Amino acid sequence: MSKLSSYFIILCVSVAVAGCGGRKSVEENIEVESVGGTAGLGSGDGSTSATGLGGDDGSGSSSLDGSGGFGGDGDLLSKRVVYFEYDSSVLTLEGEAIVQAHAQYLSASPGVQIILEGHADERGTREYNLALAEDRAKSVADVMSALGVTTSRVQTVSYGEERPVSLGSDEASWGLNRRVEILYQ
Amino acid sequence: MNLISNLTRMISRARFRLILVSAMLIGFMPMQWAHAVLTIEVNKGVEAGIPIAVVPFSFEGVAATGDRPADIIESNLASSGRFEPVFRGDFISTPHDLNSVQFKDWRLLKTEALVVGRVINVGNNRYEVRFRLIDVFREKQLVGQKFVVPANRLRKVSHQISDIIYKELTGIPGAFDTKIAYITVKGQSPKNRYLLQIADSDGFGAKTVLESTEPILSPAWSPDGSKLAYVSFEKKRSMIFVQDIWTGERKRVSDSAGINSAPSWSPDGTRLTMTLSKDGNPEIYVYQIATERLQRITRHTSIDTEPSWAPNGNSIIFTSGRSGAPQIYRVAASGGQAQRLTFNGNYNAGASYSNDGKNIVLITNQGNGFRVGLYSTEDRTVTELTSGRQDESPSFAPNGEMIMYATQKGGRSVLAAVSVDGKIQQTLRFQNGSVREPAWSPYNRKL
Repeated sequence: MSKLSSYFIILCVSVAVAGCGGRKSVEENIEVESVGGTAGLGSGDGSTSATGLGGDDGSGSSSLDGSGGFGGDGDLLSKRVVYFEYDSSVLTLEGEAIVQAHAQYLSASPGVQIILEGHADERGTREYNLALAEDRAKSVADVMSALGVTTSRVQTVSYGEERPVSLGSDEASWGLNRRVEILYQ
Repeated sequence: MNLISNLTRMISRARFRLILVSAMLIGFMPMQWAHAVLTIEVNKGVEAGIPIAVVPFSFEGVAATGDRPADIIESNLASSGRFEPVFRGDFISTPHDLNSVQFKDWRLLKTEALVVGRVINVGNNRYEVRFRLIDVFREKQLVGQKFVVPANRLRKVSHQISDIIYKELTGIPGAFDTKIAYITVKGQSPKNRYLLQIADSDGFGAKTVLESTEPILSPAWSPDGSKLAYVSFEKKRSMIFVQDIWTGERKRVSDSAGINSAPSWSPDGTRLTMTLSKDGNPEIYVYQIATERLQRITRHTSIDTEPSWAPNGNSIIFTSGRSGAPQIYRVAASGGQAQRLTFNGNYNAGASYSNDGKNIVLITNQGNGFRVGLYSTEDRTVTELTSGRQDESPSFAPNGEMIMYATQKGGRSVLAAVSVDGKIQQTLRFQNGSVREPAWSPYNRKL
């Protein structure tokens, strides 16, 4: 990194910490840096551009507490995470029951939107896991659609293995990470 | 830098005690080494390397700067496993030119090859670097060259000299003067910072080209080494970007509904192959960069992903779950019937070709964990090259001799390299964060 760009980052950080950049600079969650002129990566005569492309809230979006619920429908509706077997996007019996409860709630609550966020455990390649986790989110979406929930109310997103909830490398952690989170908007 | 040469010296002396010694060194590293990268070599090779003595270069007109060419050259040659550096403490003389070499001194140390040189301050922050590679038995110079560079290019010149020596003595082009792109993850989940970084092939000189609070994945070099394609979650879902590494200028090339992932360049650099799920489930597409035209290549209800171009440009290999578990398939670059390539083990994924098209490197699970595997297009079988449980993201050096990959050490991800025959293994240990998804650059003198 050229000296100039390191200064720029330090500046960004100090501005954010000092608060004089206001909310905007905190929200910018991405920085692009060039790495110097034609003399090579290490040449240090850097023309530096750093562009904020964020605008979205940069904070994580996982809400994993099973609490809260929506009243009446009891246990199943309070569960907002559906778990999967290894290398599988087929719903388990328990998963199916949870998804059904949410589908019923959605049918009875027009206007409510959800995001289904698919995840995978760390085993295998990142790109395959990105595809697998999407497949899981779509499995859940398909069941909801079959139960009459309008597809426009259900969004899917895949994070692959990038957002584990448990950081261990063991069966228990992997089981917790192979999941679809049902996120009410 | 002294630490590295000390380490290298120890490597040549006591290969088998090395791990213990370096573990101790890491524990007691003083603050000024906080940004250093240690190259720790674990040599599984049985054949002895070529004994080579790299005499520290003289520094004329200036105090030695941080980058000492002889240290870098010696460390590079040792890490290839093809050379056995002679311990410097045993040197009887320290010549810097051909005419001051006493050949009997070097024959006594059983040295076959000798490297000598000078660094001369020529003013204006520029240095002249001269080196000579000498055949001790024939008592003659094999190659000698002179470079004039600014101080911040001494490291690059040292890698170039390493390449010249490697080529001269092994007949194979070296790949020391190349870069690796990789992802560094810092901080504790969920407050991670993701950095797309570029460093020398030995892990030194890291520069950050992109930083985000959301995951960055799958960096891929353009064939001319001027751009990186990658996946970024900065908008809370996967999108593919192409970024010029010199100007920082970047373009979003795919943000369709669903996943946008696994970019890989065509050998001529005009197209990207990628995985998109916009038509229902993950399929392989080819994207023409100039026209932004998109062509669908695969059509299957199961997962198709991780496309990678064959070096001749005619076909694309990819991972598919169509057999019930991930395996590697090949399809014509224009689409059509896919042919299954891998049959060993229940998991083969993340495949890419060597530049000569003879080998495919991939992640395989044959019941022992996820390891780097080599698929020979001649034998049509997969051989395990590594012994980890969670190895990831293998990437060939442009000369096809070494493979860089990510492995788990002490609860975090580190970069490691293995020779194509599996005999030489080394680990690049970075000081900070988890380091993963290495992509080895093509040859490019500008890099």
